[in-house]
Amino acid sequence: MSNVGIVIVSHSPLVAEGTADMVRQMVGDEVPLAWCGGNGHGGLGTNVEAIMGAIDKAWSEAGVAILVDLGGAETNSEMAVEMIGEPRSQKIIVCNAPIVEGAVMAATEASGGASLREVVATAHELSPS
Amino acid sequence: MAALNLARLITAAADVIAAHAEELTALDQAIGDGDHGLNMKRGFEAVRAEAEAFSAKPLPEALKVIGTKLVMTVGGASGPLFGTLFLTLGKEISAEPDRANLTTAFGKAIEAVAARGKSQVGQKTMLDVLQPVHDALLHGKTAPEIADTADAAAAATVPMKALRGRASFLGDRSIGHMDPGARSTALLVRIVAQTIGESA
Repeated sequence: MSNVGIVIVSHSPLVAEGTADMVRQMVGDEVPLAWCGGNGHGGLGTNVEAIMGAIDKAWSEAGVAILVDLGGAETNSEMAVEMIGEPRSQKIIVCNAPIVEGAVMAATEASGGASLREVVATAHELSPS
Repeated sequence: MAALNLARLITAAADVIAAHAEELTALDQAIGDGDHGLNMKRGFEAVRAEAEAFSAKPLPEALKVIGTKLVMTVGGASGPLFGTLFLTLGKEISAEPDRANLTTAFGKAIEAVAARGKSQVGQKTMLDVLQPVHDALLHGKTAPEIADTADAAAAATVPMKALRGRASFLGDRSIGHMDPGARSTALLVRIVAQTIGESA
């Protein structure tokens, strides 16, 4: 698919899956979408391996925008991007945006064929800083 | 510096993290999400399980595989932070480092951790232990002095207000508690200093 992919990374698998449901309701199957949540051991948290897997699943040559909740999700996502390495890492951006609103807005933008830069800018508009 | 017994160091580090896991979790329950002890224990047990294979590698490679293992197993924000510390150390250190090379490599590793966490010294994080330890290395301190420096630096995070990480959500209420990452860092510094001190 040529549209930008969306990855949702939450500490809670319920939040991640619920956010993905809301994205699907907006954009159907127009956008590659994947989510992950939880520490891999049944608890709250995020883990790099799962994030790398989600990026693979939502991969698009147009790039992937990642939406995260709290700090550890951001740090782990940035680590995952680094471990994926170039050249793919050049096309993956961790967004600074609220996870639910950011994911829905970014996916809506992506479904219209927008570039990764445009998708990320749309998500960033939701963040005050 | 004599050859480092890396297998022994890994075992000692995993032992000290396991012995202090509950303490680290209690510190994290006070100002964070309460998973630091368990996360660190899981990561260092995973490294312990591969101690033999890892320590058979040249030091730079060994540090890189330790870093990668920690990234993949610790979770939380600590996984990428401690992982980045070891990955960068591995990238910068020579196979048989002298003190100057170790100091330079450690300085680069601290910069990488600061970048990964978008943090700096004075924000009640592991950096508040790493930086004084680097300074002690730079100024020719002995291994026991460096270990004491790390403990004092961890204790000095108690009156700080957290400006990064989950603890920063608490604002002033983070004051009066030791930063769990600073504590685990100090525990590891003491073990490394002891092990290097014995082999020096």
